[in-house]
Amino acid sequence: MLKVENLHTHYGQIEALKGISLEVNDGEIVTLIGANGAGKSTTLKTISGQLAPTQGTVSLDGEIVSGLLAHKVTEKGIIQVPEGRRIFPRMTVAENLEMGAFLRKDAEGIKEDLEQVFTLFPRLKERINQKGGTLSGGEQQMLAMGRGIMARPKLLMLDEPSMGLAPVVVETIFEIIERLNKEGITILLVEQNAAMALSVAHRGYVLEVGSIALEGPGKELLHNEQVRKTYLGES
Amino acid sequence: MSGDVIVQQLVNGITLGGLYALIALGYTLVYGIMLMINFAHSEMFMAGGYVGLFVLKALTNEAWVGAGTVGFFTGGVFGLIVLFLIVFLSAAILVGILGVVIERFAYRPLRHAPRLAPLISAIGVSIFLQNAVLLWVDSKALPFPAVMPVVTVFKAGGVTVNSLQILILVTTLLLLAFLDTFVSKTRIGKAMRATSQDRDAAGLMGIDINQVIGLAFFIGPALGGIAGVFHGMYYGSVKFDMGFLPGMKSFTAAVIGGIGNLRGAMLGGFVLGILESLAAGFLSAGYKDVVAFAILILVLIFRPGGLLGESVVEKV
Repeated sequence: MLKVENLHTHYGQIEALKGISLEVNDGEIVTLIGANGAGKSTTLKTISGQLAPTQGTVSLDGEIVSGLLAHKVTEKGIIQVPEGRRIFPRMTVAENLEMGAFLRKDAEGIKEDLEQVFTLFPRLKERINQKGGTLSGGEQQMLAMGRGIMARPKLLMLDEPSMGLAPVVVETIFEIIERLNKEGITILLVEQNAAMALSVAHRGYVLEVGSIALEGPGKELLHNEQVRKTYLGES
Repeated sequence: MSGDVIVQQLVNGITLGGLYALIALGYTLVYGIMLMINFAHSEMFMAGGYVGLFVLKALTNEAWVGAGTVGFFTGGVFGLIVLFLIVFLSAAILVGILGVVIERFAYRPLRHAPRLAPLISAIGVSIFLQNAVLLWVDSKALPFPAVMPVVTVFKAGGVTVNSLQILILVTTLLLLAFLDTFVSKTRIGKAMRATSQDRDAAGLMGIDINQVIGLAFFIGPALGGIAGVFHGMYYGSVKFDMGFLPGMKSFTAAVIGGIGNLRGAMLGGFVLGILESLAAGFLSAGYKDVVAFAILILVLIFRPGGLLGESVVEKV
């Protein structure tokens, strides 16, 4: 479904991605793990069109989408839930969700998805008329994910969904990720919480300073000695 | 000082405040989305005055449109309404287009430059437009023909309200209500709000940022242009540097209300217009600018976010 080939991205003179290749197949959860500054978020931002690659391509179902502006990539069905939630603080929960469906015209489908979001996150329904900025961190993450679901994504990219959240909320978030995947949404997940990410992912890639260092099935990486030492804090 | 004077100054202040509010919206719309103060906005107001004047002159020139047409326009209430609709619409549309063109060529190339760069570019545009009018049109003030008879609608004691004041106030309130509904209810209006709250996230929603910015640069100048026509009618003339002081005042109004906040700009406009007019009545006309800018300083000291400036705590 998603194919990234030899992707290079620069911030000014600094080369943040040094030729990344990865693939996400239909129906998979694929995770990208790595230390701070390894290029995880840069990879997502380049895929979603917020950054332009200096070399290499991103394609969705065979169609090249790299080089498009962010709103055009969204139109293709690649939806990014950005790091730090980035919900609209002075819009209500309802309006935030509505913005997620900005490009859609199918009123019926939008209504269905809204119901689904409220089933997944009952908290959002309780706070429907509250301003996004007044929600707790966990609720904001739910809102950001709900907003992503409202776009009816082909590929949902989640950037650090567990960041700064209480462990119990993190568990809820990961349960939802698995549930969404079972309902047919393909997911590309970037995480610092490598243990959690690898336990839900079908496959994973380990990023080190702008390149892919390792790749393999999630469970396998979870038991890989190098991964355990470097990312799971074992000695 | 009698009660009549106070009431009369309130009426004048509300009229003036309406004009400030219209102009202030342009500053606040652009600031909300671009985080940039469009110093060329006072020239949108000036351009509106000139476009209004020229269209009005053209439509009442018998050699151009024929005596019959002129007779229709100036003969009755209906004709006058049509005439002024055309005048205001052309000012709004032409100045709106001017705003879009300025954004495209003077600001967009600097979108990723340090924030000072577009600011300086805006000052350049402002100087350019003033001098273009000075050189190509006239350096002197041009009289604004009093086509519409200004009649006293209401008179009680020493207080009078004339038809022009009512026209200005009603039009302003309608435009403010329209804009408020537009941004809170329509799809594209919500996209504008989303863009002003988080531009990158708005892009991820599929919102075309350039379209939203273009729209802000149409609506703001269009409203400023309408205010310019009113100003010409109210004070009876237009001049190349007429935008400077109302521009500064309206910017002040936008800051008082909380820059970036639409309702704040509306409120700030009226607050400033009323306080300034009261100061002119209580103290002397010479003090009105002093009072206006003193209020700005006070607001900046005691409520830097403005009266309606929202302070939402961003959670990590």
